[in-house]
Amino acid sequence: MIYFQLFWSFFKIGLFTFGGGYAMLPMLQKELVCRGWTTDDELMDYYAIGQVTPGIIAINVSTFVGYKIKGIVGALCTMVGIVMPSIIIISLLATGLTYVWDNSVVQHAFKGIRLVIPALLLPIIIKMLKKSLVDLGAVCILILAFIANFCFGLSPILIVLGAGCLGVLFSRFKRKKV
Amino acid sequence: MIYLILFWEFFKVGLFAVGGGLATIPFLYNLSEKFNWFSVSELTNMIAVSESTPGPLGVNMATYAGIQTHGFLGGVTATFGLVLPSLFVIIVISRFLNKFKENQIIKSIFYGLRPAVAVMICIFLVALLSVVLKETQGIYHIIISIILFLCYLGLVFRFKWHPIFFIILGAFMGILLE
Repeated sequence: MIYFQLFWSFFKIGLFTFGGGYAMLPMLQKELVCRGWTTDDELMDYYAIGQVTPGIIAINVSTFVGYKIKGIVGALCTMVGIVMPSIIIISLLATGLTYVWDNSVVQHAFKGIRLVIPALLLPIIIKMLKKSLVDLGAVCILILAFIANFCFGLSPILIVLGAGCLGVLFSRFKRKKV
Repeated sequence: MIYLILFWEFFKVGLFAVGGGLATIPFLYNLSEKFNWFSVSELTNMIAVSESTPGPLGVNMATYAGIQTHGFLGGVTATFGLVLPSLFVIIVISRFLNKFKENQIIKSIFYGLRPAVAVMICIFLVALLSVVLKETQGIYHIIISIILFLCYLGLVFRFKWHPIFFIILGAFMGILLE
């Protein structure tokens, strides 16, 4: 039963995620954190790891959650769940339903959805910032990551690796002082 | 045999494309040159279709490419190849993390990662908003979009409705306003 729940949750997430890994965060939070399957902190860690490991972030995060809850079979359930809507929809499109997509009504609907996603993300970001900014060192990492990504367009992979190193460095420094 | 090649090629993409779905594009470009599965202009179409359909971009691309070359089974094969490396890699990492959860170095790495992930999601949000504003033409439409966005924000903060509800609402408003 839990396997079907896992599959169904991720099927819904796959179906209502428009625009890749980060856009599925509000759905993940609602489906997983509210059920007590993971915590906000764990979700953030999964994203960080998903960013630097091979594979697509959305798939990596799904696999993480599935494996954590129900081992390898759980991971398979979440994976099949998140991939299934894509396979169904893209198959329909490829077999001649493209005219539906060129339809202006559908395009307007997508435009409308793009305005909703940022509004859904904002409360989650605020919560994440509150939780992650535990001291001055964390604030420093945040500012550096912002400059690296926004001003220099550095790849997220390098930013995650750099932030991890800085985390170790700052923690060492803190412990020496104490 | 052809399915095996399809599987193997997308397995490699999944193994070496680190990051989001967009990271798969250079690999797909490479595939289009190596095999005659799809042309570069078809690849451009694929990106457009994948971006405006639900589901992770990378998965949509693999499914679309597979279907273009060998029909529905091709789509399933390519997708399966793409996500399989994630399963292996994430299971290994999960095992490792469970073992060393209380390790001080692992803890300090995550202490550094969390602010960086929060910032990257923040930048994604800003990028998404600027895309929406660029698409919107005329001062009248821009003002309506901003008001609508503020309304969504108010609703999201005030009520803990399911994100699916907001996404459907957004699609509906998008159609209504055009």
